[in-house]
Amino acid sequence: MKKFLVTCLTVVMLMTIVAACGNNNNNGNKGSSASPQASNAASPSGDSGAKKKFAIIFKNTGNPYGEKEMEGYKKAVEELGYEAILKAPDQPTAEAQISMIEELISQKVDALAIVANDPDALQPALEKAMKAGIKVISLDSAVNAASRLVHINQADPERIGRTLIQGVVEMIGGSGEIAILSATSQATNQNLWIEWMKKELEDPKYANVKLVKVAYGDDLRDKSVSETEALLKSYPNLKGIIAPTTVGIAAAGKVLTDKGLKGKVQLTGLGLPSEMAEYIESGVCPWMYLWNPLDVGYLSGYVADALVNGTVTGKVGDKVTAGTLGEKEVIADGDGTQVMLGDPFKFDASNIAEWKAVY
Amino acid sequence: MSANVQSASPTEGKASTGRTISALIAKFRELGLLAFIVILAVGVQFRNPSFLTWENLTDIATNTAILSILSVGMMLVIITRGIDLSIGATLAFAGMVSALTVKHNPGLNPVAALLIGVGIGIGCGLVIGFLVSWVKILPIIATLGIMNVFRGFTFEASGGKWVSAHQMPTSFKSIATGSFLGINNLILIAIVIYIVAYYFVSHTRTGRRIYAVGSNPDSAEVSGIRTGRILLLVYTIMGGLAGLAGVLWVSKFASAQGDTASGYELSVIAACVLGGVSIAGGVGKISGILLGSILLGILNNALPMINVSAFWQMFIQGAIILIAVLVNALVKRGIDRNNLMRRKI
Repeated sequence: MKKFLVTCLTVVMLMTIVAACGNNNNNGNKGSSASPQASNAASPSGDSGAKKKFAIIFKNTGNPYGEKEMEGYKKAVEELGYEAILKAPDQPTAEAQISMIEELISQKVDALAIVANDPDALQPALEKAMKAGIKVISLDSAVNAASRLVHINQADPERIGRTLIQGVVEMIGGSGEIAILSATSQATNQNLWIEWMKKELEDPKYANVKLVKVAYGDDLRDKSVSETEALLKSYPNLKGIIAPTTVGIAAAGKVLTDKGLKGKVQLTGLGLPSEMAEYIESGVCPWMYLWNPLDVGYLSGYVADALVNGTVTGKVGDKVTAGTLGEKEVIADGDGTQVMLGDPFKFDASNIAEWKAVY
Repeated sequence: MSANVQSASPTEGKASTGRTISALIAKFRELGLLAFIVILAVGVQFRNPSFLTWENLTDIATNTAILSILSVGMMLVIITRGIDLSIGATLAFAGMVSALTVKHNPGLNPVAALLIGVGIGIGCGLVIGFLVSWVKILPIIATLGIMNVFRGFTFEASGGKWVSAHQMPTSFKSIATGSFLGINNLILIAIVIYIVAYYFVSHTRTGRRIYAVGSNPDSAEVSGIRTGRILLLVYTIMGGLAGLAGVLWVSKFASAQGDTASGYELSVIAACVLGGVSIAGGVGKISGILLGSILLGILNNALPMINVSAFWQMFIQGAIILIAVLVNALVKRGIDRNNLMRRKI
């Protein structure tokens, strides 16, 4: 009897685990997830009669940046009169995204936008989706050219890299040692930006600026703090830090504040306005950059619509009119094509108060 | 065992003055670990002269404080043959709730924020303790399930949003940055907890009962120890410490996120195992986990300073942990053998 009771309780516990996972999975799409499933059950074929379904998969749940991106996508899709399906896995892994892609293929969505956790691992699943007639695009963090029709680039990597160097050089007054605090050593985005930073530094006018180290904080608070402290100790003459990652720049801001290094070591990079408001207002970080995640999602919604309606095919030279953002052109990106959102947006003491409430 | 050595006859004692020193050392089984830490520190110092500076040592201590606080609770849990995988989630939940509280009531006394965090942690710990001691679910299963439940609560409480530095009052942030008599608050709190924990496990009846339950639950039960209560107690202590650590964490990094300290339980378990706590239960010392935490803290601080690529950092970290465990195990084995040989039959 006791054994039976224990078994029952174990089952209940396991159910809790499953339920908790399920709960997390759907964290980002409250309200919208219930309706597509319901309508699916009613008409499993999901044909012309029903509303067209546009899905988006983000990297993981609980990321305010991702929430904004999905919100922008939803806004565009609903403006166009379709139904948006917002999804994000519990953990930022490619495996979790693959199972979501499979799920959406069987739901017969019309378009799928993905913020990839891995550029190559999703290829088989996404190819299968495209064979099933789903228009696949990637945004923010790209998949390889074979797994998508077009990529929505949040900002030109070249412009980000060059702007960050120009920014930090202006802050440190034209000469001195600088360091970079990145996310993981494997992060696709960050590595590309760092490459462009290094290219910008090759310009002879930066002869007196020396990049001493690229450190990796792995987007973890504690590790980013340790890495920043190590930079400050290993390079006592350090004058500027560039942190092109939201967790890293906030951690660096905190360390510089606590050690009273405001004005001695300058900080810039890419950060969330709400996280960085404190440090921008105090002057530890004079200014920083980011694109608007709402706009990234919004543009993706319109590009997906153009692909579904067949007005564009995703080849170079195609033009998409993206609601309030105006006309954007499809350009080449290695083997594939992409649409650029534009220059990164600058946040400084004058506008941070307004933006910290947004995201 | 040491009593045996001391009561040896005077003639025998004279013949072996060297032995009393070795007996003293023998009492300190974590010698291997301590020696390893010293060698590691000297090695890093050669690579980067700013390692053994006052500022850097303070940084190491501040950054290790939270880990060391959690190791105390984890040691008690592991001694009872259990494990707690939910502490990262409990930490995040307590931290998030206290951050939300101070966000809405900026005038709140920081001590009240600490108490809220500890209270939530104790609540979380009681739930786990109940599941383990009364319902008798395996600790690993119970805490695995609860881990997801608490993570879910954290996301639900915050609505998926972060609480950022500008939303927290200065008084709350100064819990972690402030200092008393020149020593950072985090370090002070950790020291106090270690002193209390040392007294508790070595000099109180309840403390000794924890070991009894861990080394042989059946005979503990037979000898009149209520094992259920002891289990409930250790998980509650663990929860309370995790709640405290949550407030300290959020205050230190001035940011509360849904995924705060995700996976941190593994670092804490690693610190305990490094410090000689046996996963099989019944064995574990406060001095050991202190050294284990310090070793991990030094690794986290030193690896970025020795200027090797990020890939090598991971390799070095893993290798050092393995070597430390190995050295510690070998030294311990030697000491145990000596103790056996010294034993009078």
